[in-house]
Amino acid sequence: MSDFNLMEDKLSNAQIAWRAAQDIEDGSYVNLGIGFPELIAKFQPEGRDVTYHTENGVLGFGAAPEPGQEDWDLINAGKKAITLKPGASFFHHADSFSMVRGGHLDLAVLGAYQVAQNGDLANWRVGSKGVPAVGGAMDLVHGARRVAVITDHVTKDGGPKLVETCTFPLTGVGCVTRVYTSLAVVDVQDGHFVLREKLPAISMEALQAVTGATLHTDGPVGDLIVPEDL
Amino acid sequence: MNKVTSTTAEAVASIPDGARVMIGGFGGSGAPIELIHALIDRFRATGSPKNLTVINNNAGNGSIGIAAMIKAGMVAKMVCSFPRSSNAEAFNEKYLAGEIELELVPQGTLAERIRAAGAGIPAFYTPSSYGTELAEGKPTEEFDGKMYVRERWLKADVALIKGQKGDPMGNLTYRLAGRNFNPLMAMAADRTVAQVAELGKPGSIDPEQVITPGIFVDTVVEVPEPQQEEVLVRTGVVY
Repeated sequence: MSDFNLMEDKLSNAQIAWRAAQDIEDGSYVNLGIGFPELIAKFQPEGRDVTYHTENGVLGFGAAPEPGQEDWDLINAGKKAITLKPGASFFHHADSFSMVRGGHLDLAVLGAYQVAQNGDLANWRVGSKGVPAVGGAMDLVHGARRVAVITDHVTKDGGPKLVETCTFPLTGVGCVTRVYTSLAVVDVQDGHFVLREKLPAISMEALQAVTGATLHTDGPVGDLIVPEDL
Repeated sequence: MNKVTSTTAEAVASIPDGARVMIGGFGGSGAPIELIHALIDRFRATGSPKNLTVINNNAGNGSIGIAAMIKAGMVAKMVCSFPRSSNAEAFNEKYLAGEIELELVPQGTLAERIRAAGAGIPAFYTPSSYGTELAEGKPTEEFDGKMYVRERWLKADVALIKGQKGDPMGNLTYRLAGRNFNPLMAMAADRTVAQVAELGKPGSIDPEQVITPGIFVDTVVEVPEPQQEEVLVRTGVVY
């Protein structure tokens, strides 16, 4: 459809997070990266029992406390105050990253500057200027059964974030399994992007035009439909 | 056995110039603020210790704790995973001026390097950072079809850590998420100094509840009602 306006008709961050939340399985252990991915917890579907892990040594944390109720010894990896759910546990950093690299998490969700068609992820710095900071990102991309990315489909300038080869410094090689974007849901499979869902209003041609690598199909492409009022 | 020292000043008195100092905590959670400030007091009074290498997940926040050490000019090098915070001006200014060195280490690798040092394991392989600029120059090897990066242990001359309960044997518990790097650093340093909020007699901590066994701790100093870094930053305290 030619009347699709990329910047106006794409999904909001909350809508992308909502879509990613629908795929979180009942009974799973999940790490949500700092910032945008943290939004996903808000949209966890009812009836699913999910245990959230944070790098600084907490399993089973819940929402932020009421303002004024913070205990700053009880924080997540983003240094935000959290609360505990019944059955929560504390552990030291080496155990925490054993959970990560040791394959004990079902899902890790991160943000991205770029994702390449072979699953390479660039999400920690955009160049050599400034003060570099990596945190736990290079560990989180290894070990979880599924490593998903949530991101706008394009940069602020409209350039592609799904690319043939990352040009920004890599966080991990061949690590991403699925990408939820503001336009589509895309899997990384055998070195290429496979389109699973797209917004009904955008044509295949228009979607391909804002994607930096070939979008393959493997069976029918579903409609990406999310609630309007998030 | 009695590892108790009565003041934080005594506890940090023998740390020399050029020492590698591990400092526990993740952001403000579990950060031994009183021990850090005792070290700053000593530097201001005597000019020592200086040229320190500080190992911590972060590189200070605001104008207290590690940020105040950096501002005071005691720190030559930071080894950390995330030198950003709500106010990382102290580190940023020195770093961008070329006055402080940075060794950036992925967080899980940082934890495991410290753990390995405490466990007597000189090197190990990890998938983290493979194929990235942080793995440049490091040996790699394939195991079962996947590539890994070899990392070395990370030792220190002294570790400054924060516990909740302690006893004269050096046994420690921690508070909430304040555990983080503290138990690992306790194992990895030649000398470990722990500040604790509650100092009890031997036996006051149920052996089932001990997180750091006393063998890893050399000095214990009681700091009742310790300050919390995040609270100090939020109230704009300058040390």
